[in-house]
Amino acid sequence: MAQSSQVSSQHVYEAKVYVTLRPSVLDPAGTAVRSGLSHMGYDNISKVRIGKYIELELTAENKAVAQQQLDKMCDQLLANPVIENYRVEVFESVPAGV
Amino acid sequence: MKFGVIVFPGANCDRDIAYVLQDVLQQRVRMVWHEDSDLSDIDVVVVPGGFSYGDYLRCGAIAQFSPAMRATAEHASQGKLVMGICNGFQVLTEMGLLPGALVRNRDLHFVCDRTSMTVERTNLPWTQGYAKGQIITLPIAHGEGCYYAEPDAIKALEDNDQVIFRYSDRSGSHGSATNPNGSINHIAGICNRAGNVLGMMPHPERAADPVLGNTDGLALFEGLLKSALVAV
Repeated sequence: MAQSSQVSSQHVYEAKVYVTLRPSVLDPAGTAVRSGLSHMGYDNISKVRIGKYIELELTAENKAVAQQQLDKMCDQLLANPVIENYRVEVFESVPAGV
Repeated sequence: MKFGVIVFPGANCDRDIAYVLQDVLQQRVRMVWHEDSDLSDIDVVVVPGGFSYGDYLRCGAIAQFSPAMRATAEHASQGKLVMGICNGFQVLTEMGLLPGALVRNRDLHFVCDRTSMTVERTNLPWTQGYAKGQIITLPIAHGEGCYYAEPDAIKALEDNDQVIFRYSDRSGSHGSATNPNGSINHIAGICNRAGNVLGMMPHPERAADPVLGNTDGLALFEGLLKSALVAV
C-alpha cells in the first residue's frame, strides 16, 4: 500500500520506436532480401529497406515527459542521426489483469 | 610513453595491440577495463578492435557510454592522443569524437583480407613514420567498415586534410574495384580536425611483428614514440 502512494504521480508508458536508415544511406541487406524475394518469384518488389523496431516500457510523470526522454534516448543511443531516422509512439500502459 | 588499451566485453584485439606496444616496442601498457574511469596516467588511449558489447544495436553504440569512454572523451578534449582501430573507430564515430559513421559493407561480406592503401597525410604523430603517398598493406577484418557521411561532412574532411588512409591498389590508384567495403572516397582512416584523434578500419597491430610477414603497421607506432621524444 505504501508503495502505491509513492508512485501515484508516475504513469507507466509503452513506447514503440521505429529506426530506419536515412534514404541517402545504402542498405545492402535490404538489397539482398529483395533478391531473396525475387528468387521466391516476387518480381514486383522494387525496394526493400531494413530497419529496427524497439519496444520500451518506462515510467514518467506524464506523456510529454516520456516523449521528451524517448527523443533524447533516440538521439543519443537508439538511433544514430548520422545514418538513421526514428519515429516514436507512446501509449499509456493498461495495467495487466484489469 | 604509456598506453592505455580499453577492454570491453567482446573486445578481441586488445591483447594484439598490447603485445605490439609492450613486447615489440617495450612501452608501458595498462589494460583499462571499461568500467574504469581514471586515465590520468595514460599518454595514448587505444580503443581496440572486436565486438564491444556484442555489437548490439549498432557497432560501437553501447560502448560510447562506458566510464572508460567518457574518460577517453575527456582525454581527447585535452588534446591528448586517442586512436581507434576497427571497432574502436566505430566507437569513436558513435561518440562523435570523429565525424561520420561506419555502415554495412557494400557487398554484404565480412571482409577478412590484406589491402593496400595510401598514406594521405604525414604531418601527424600517427603517420610521421611514413612518406606522403606511401603505399602500405594492412589487414582488414570487418562487416561494417563502409565509411559514410553526408556530402558536406565529406567535403569538410577533404578540405581539412582529415583523410589519413585511403584504400588503393598496389600502385596507389584509388578505384571502386580496390575499395573493399564501399567507403565514400575510399576512406580507410580519418582524424579529427585537431589531429589528435585517429580512427582506422585497417589493423596496424596485425602488421607490426616480422614473424607475421608484414611490418607496414609498425611505422605508425614508431612514429608515435618519436612524437613523444619531441614533446619531451
